[in-house]
Amino acid sequence: MAQVRIIPCLDVRDGRVVKGIQFQDLRDAGEPAEQAAAYALQGADEIVMLDVTATLEDRGARLQAVDRIRRVLNVPLTVGGGLDSSDQARRLLSAGADKVSVNSAAVRRPDLLTDLAAEFGRQCVVLAIDAQSDREGGWTVTTRSGRQKEPLQAATWAREGVRRGAGEILLTSWDRDGTGQGYDLELLAAVRAAVGVPVIASGGGSTPDQMAAAVAAGADAVLAASIFHDGHWQVGDLKRELQRRGVEVRP
Amino acid sequence: MKPVMIIDTGLANLRSVEVALERLGAEVTRVTSPEEVARSPRLVLPGVGAFGPAMARLDRDGLSIPLRQRLLAGRPTLAVCLGLQLLCEGSDEAPGRRGLGVLPVRVRQLPADQRVPNMGWCPLQNGRVQPVGHAYFAHSFAVTGSDLGRLEASGWQVLTADHGGPYLAAARRQGVLACQFHPELSGSWGASLLAAWLDDPAGKETSWPR
Repeated sequence: MAQVRIIPCLDVRDGRVVKGIQFQDLRDAGEPAEQAAAYALQGADEIVMLDVTATLEDRGARLQAVDRIRRVLNVPLTVGGGLDSSDQARRLLSAGADKVSVNSAAVRRPDLLTDLAAEFGRQCVVLAIDAQSDREGGWTVTTRSGRQKEPLQAATWAREGVRRGAGEILLTSWDRDGTGQGYDLELLAAVRAAVGVPVIASGGGSTPDQMAAAVAAGADAVLAASIFHDGHWQVGDLKRELQRRGVEVRP
Repeated sequence: MKPVMIIDTGLANLRSVEVALERLGAEVTRVTSPEEVARSPRLVLPGVGAFGPAMARLDRDGLSIPLRQRLLAGRPTLAVCLGLQLLCEGSDEAPGRRGLGVLPVRVRQLPADQRVPNMGWCPLQNGRVQPVGHAYFAHSFAVTGSDLGRLEASGWQVLTADHGGPYLAAARRQGVLACQFHPELSGSWGASLLAAWLDDPAGKETSWPR
């Protein structure tokens, strides 16, 4: 069984790392390649880069950012944000991404997952799900950075996504994102029960206790952004705290 | 400069292994011809995709025979992830398709009661208490069980990891290094392993990096 991965997330806009709450109120937090290399040196197990505003004209800039990160990064790199074709995925992988993450486009066209898995292998395909708790006690899938609610339940969509070719689920709680109040453990458990592939917990994690709780709820990896960008935690210190709580991490 | 040639499989992400070798002072080029595969002082067989199509492509491009020859001769060759699996006799992933047959073992599907794909970092063992190092894996198939002993009996030095039982993490003999994990994504330990492979073309060193 692989060890629990600690994954700093770089939300990138116009070539800079930004941070915000519930994808709003973005503030500058640095240069992507520098940050990625620094986190890897601290012990990050993987880096996720999400380009939050990857419009057509930004795509060249994103490829350059991936190339710059790859040159200095010796751990896996996952890249996502507005990805909607095999062609884009191929360019990102050629530029140095190890995995690509798809979100809204896969909801619109689930065959995208099948196409990506057929061409690159399922280990390259991450399905990102932004989930928001609903009145019925479930979790509704949202797309377009949380602006649109889809007639889909998170666990159902996760299972369908895996059936079509996703090799990993990046599960973000829209309710918790940026709040620091901890991951949505019930959401995690529901998705964990639905799929056999690795699940990355995202949204709300800010303390070792919350991360250990996410692992207990079934997460294979925990993703966080602002606690690292703000310097509240060094990855290495965080890992030592997790080890003390019985979580198996790479030393 | 240490020249290294990577077999261009036509698949997308050769970049990670390319830059990892460049960071260690290698001069990396991509090759596609049987002559280059035969002659290259150091060769990389990268691994992305599925066993059947990858093996079909090697056969079609005439690369299987020169590859097999240099592997059997122990000439400097690095096989990564699916690359390791292609060195085996065959795989559950493509039952009718023969592999290069340099490793006298078969590739099996990872147990379904485990997380599949196995994605992440695993400690590497060589029979001692302390792990040799940690490496990053992303795979759904592996060499397991009694096949591990068969490899050691054939003179291969073996590292294992665990995923519902031991499986093959790496096998080394002379200049040949086959890794189920991605050394290029395995942090400073992975870089040490790549550096050792670059610096020791005859494979005289028998200990693993620490």
